[in-house]
Amino acid sequence: MPEAVLSVNGLDGHYGDSHVLHGVNFSIRAGEVVTLVGRNGAGKTSTLRAIMGLLPRRSGSIALRGRQLIGLPPHRIARAGIGYVPDDRGIFASLSVAENLALPPRAQAGALSDGEIDALFPRLKERRASPGTKLSGGEQQMLAIARALRTGARLLLLDEPTEGLAPVIVQQIGAILRDLKSRGYTVLLVEQNVHFAASVADRHIVMENGRVVDSLDNAELAADPGRLDRFLGV
Amino acid sequence: MSVQVLSGQLLLGLINGAFYALLSLGLAVIFGVLGIINFAHGAFYMVGAFAAWGLATYLDVGYWPALVLVPLAMGLLGMGVERLMLKRLAGLDPLYGLLATFGLALVLEGTFRQVYGSSGQPYPVPEALQGGVNLGFMFLPLYRGWVVAASIVVCLATWLAIERTALGARLRAVTERPDVAQALGLNVPLLVTVTFGVAVALAAFAGVMAAPVYQANPLMGSNLIIVVFAVVVIGGMGSLSGAILSGYGLGLAEGMTKVFYPPAANIVVFVIMAVVLMVRPAGLFGRAS
Ligand SMILES: Nc1ncnc2c1ncn2[C@@H]1O[C@H](COP(=O)(O)OP(=O)(O)O)[C@@H](O)[C@H]1O
Ligand SMILES: [Mg+2]
Repeated sequence: MPEAVLSVNGLDGHYGDSHVLHGVNFSIRAGEVVTLVGRNGAGKTSTLRAIMGLLPRRSGSIALRGRQLIGLPPHRIARAGIGYVPDDRGIFASLSVAENLALPPRAQAGALSDGEIDALFPRLKERRASPGTKLSGGEQQMLAIARALRTGARLLLLDEPTEGLAPVIVQQIGAILRDLKSRGYTVLLVEQNVHFAASVADRHIVMENGRVVDSLDNAELAADPGRLDRFLGV
Repeated sequence: MSVQVLSGQLLLGLINGAFYALLSLGLAVIFGVLGIINFAHGAFYMVGAFAAWGLATYLDVGYWPALVLVPLAMGLLGMGVERLMLKRLAGLDPLYGLLATFGLALVLEGTFRQVYGSSGQPYPVPEALQGGVNLGFMFLPLYRGWVVAASIVVCLATWLAIERTALGARLRAVTERPDVAQALGLNVPLLVTVTFGVAVALAAFAGVMAAPVYQANPLMGSNLIIVVFAVVVIGGMGSLSGAILSGYGLGLAEGMTKVFYPPAANIVVFVIMAVVLMVRPAGLFGRAS
């Protein structure tokens, strides 16, 4: 079995006085694509933010290929090899598309080349000079993913990459994720759309009230399609 | 009225504008990246002038070396101030930053006033720039021409560095969304410290340039900083080009007022500020948020 790329153990997270993550446990192996699912407010975004060091307070253990990330500032975590796409995409309005793309320092060898990025995201190439926020929602999402890839990170954290996008764009993002998987990237993505999740991911981790409450792979999901509904339905 | 009087006052206005622009540019950069209003900016300018005077008086170091050494040293001092003092206030209400820098300004000013009194210490115009040229319609003292030219070049270079280079893109990203920038791998704390240092160096550079014009005076910073705040507000808090252009523009407006209605010269900037705030609260070049 491939080694764990990311191991989260007993992760607690707080915003000021409010305690939002309660001993979150999961791990992801190299090359896996895993979704984090759960209702709004379950703690998915907070989990990704805690991994990136963006939560005001966190404790427990987060290990990236054995290296402890708790205590490191966000830029050191990013440079350790995690590409992050926040839920609002984090595109800078005062930067052009090209500047957004070139922003992160290349922390790891073996990043996709500019040519590979252009091939993977043809729509971005045409819009290099426009300001970041003149892009459509789908283009912004592609830019955010492309930007995360340029760091050379082999582990990607994507927070709801398909939210609010037209079905055709969702399909394109699905194709990009499958392409990345075939290149050996490890991906943890927050996803509300179960069909999309099943189409790109190997495994699903279910969160509720700041805890991991279930974990299942695609075969288990296919055998019991209702298993997620309990945690997602209203 | 004669052309000489008019162009003379325009030149004086442009000189003042050169200092307004250098200081308001630094203030705008600090406000963008640190989110604080740096009340100590005028004090740093004053210390810059005194540092040049001290170098000349005690160490026989002339104007040109001072023009390089003083901004470097003050930039380092600024980084120290950011690391030891302002960093601890990050995330708190911006009021804390304003009060801390106001306190720092009072301490710096009080110290210099205690030691040197309130009268200025004269500083000579560097030899190479003594005298002037007759432009036909007016006499241009060389040193004043140099101040205006150097200020324009430095402001333009700073603006280009921020708006057109990769390092500037990092600065803009940190200004906009420091958390996202840091999660993408940018060393935001270091960028913030260096930015503050560079802005302080700009103020010190202005201080050295001001010494031969206004002398080194403990009060020169607080006299200037109030006008500079108005300049930043008029230009638009977040806008660098606004800070630069309104710096020169308001210097010229002051000069014009001295020609046409001298009693209003000292308040014209504040009148303009009041009008701008009523008509365009985000400032002339600011984007309403
Ligand atoms: N900035 C914040 N300050 C305080 N509480 C927050 C903040 N962001 C999220 N929360 C709370 O943390 C909990 C988890 O939220 P979040 O991680 O955004 O959930 P999800 O991404 O699964 O919808 C929710 O109860 C939410 O109200
Ligand atoms: Mg969320």
